[in-house]
Amino acid sequence: MPEIEAIARKFIEALPHSHALGMRLERIGAGEAEIAMPYDPRLVGDPESGVIHGGAVSALMDTACGAAVMCHPAAGISTATLDLRIDYMRPATPGQTIRTRAECHHVTRSVAFVRAVATDDDVGRPVAMATGAFTVERGTK
Amino acid sequence: MKRPEPVHVVKQRREALLRSLVDGVPYIRFLGIQFDRRGDELTAVLPYHDSLIGNPALPALHGGATAGFLEIAAMIELSWSSLWEGVEAEGALPAGPLRLPKTIDFTIDYLRTGLPRDAYARARVNRSGRRYASVHVEAWQDNRNRLFAQATGHFLMPPVEPSA
Repeated sequence: MPEIEAIARKFIEALPHSHALGMRLERIGAGEAEIAMPYDPRLVGDPESGVIHGGAVSALMDTACGAAVMCHPAAGISTATLDLRIDYMRPATPGQTIRTRAECHHVTRSVAFVRAVATDDDVGRPVAMATGAFTVERGTK
Repeated sequence: MKRPEPVHVVKQRREALLRSLVDGVPYIRFLGIQFDRRGDELTAVLPYHDSLIGNPALPALHGGATAGFLEIAAMIELSWSSLWEGVEAEGALPAGPLRLPKTIDFTIDYLRTGLPRDAYARARVNRSGRRYASVHVEAWQDNRNRLFAQATGHFLMPPVEPSA
């Protein structure tokens, strides 16, 4: 198991787009992953307010959800997003790191189901939530 | 009858409106997204760049890059189409800072692996009310009929400024 986690960690850290967005893998293991994305003015969507664009939050959600699938003991190390729905509950506070905790809560022979929540410093009030379905590749392990 | 405006005036105004929506947004620049305009039809273009890659082993576009691209394409189309009529009738851009719609939710459907090459997207506003809008967006690479992703999003429209 720690071997899967090590592989997943290495894989996540090598994703060029996640790297470009400044993502940092904070925690991974047993179908759960936490990834942080520090505030970066290049990712702003609304120049008036300085709020990070939803698209960057989507990328964070997608990466965290994928990581959660990869380190789930019943899923494979190789996965792809089938769909992802993101609800934006409030703008993330400018200047603050956005953190996403993703949990792969169910795995079938072919599909992994994931949910995730993104927060800034005000942890009690989520910024966004996501639910997604990911592929489970067979015969790759 | 009023004489039609000279073509360069019309083009300049429409380009200026598009620029006013796109140029000020850092994240659009970060992804390198451009917009092709033919009359009122917009096509969002995501030129390939190595930093858009997710899995380097395949290699494939990162699902997050695709999501961001689709969300921007949807949001710009919505702003563009909601401002178009007023700008065409007034012959001038709206005064004051531009307020973009806010995303309420966004659902991305990944149909195929995004290949390491340019991607294109067109959005369609299916419903645009005073407060809420629903937008569908489709993205392809080599072949318009082979979508690699599509998405639907709901947006909160910016409050209408009371006209003077």
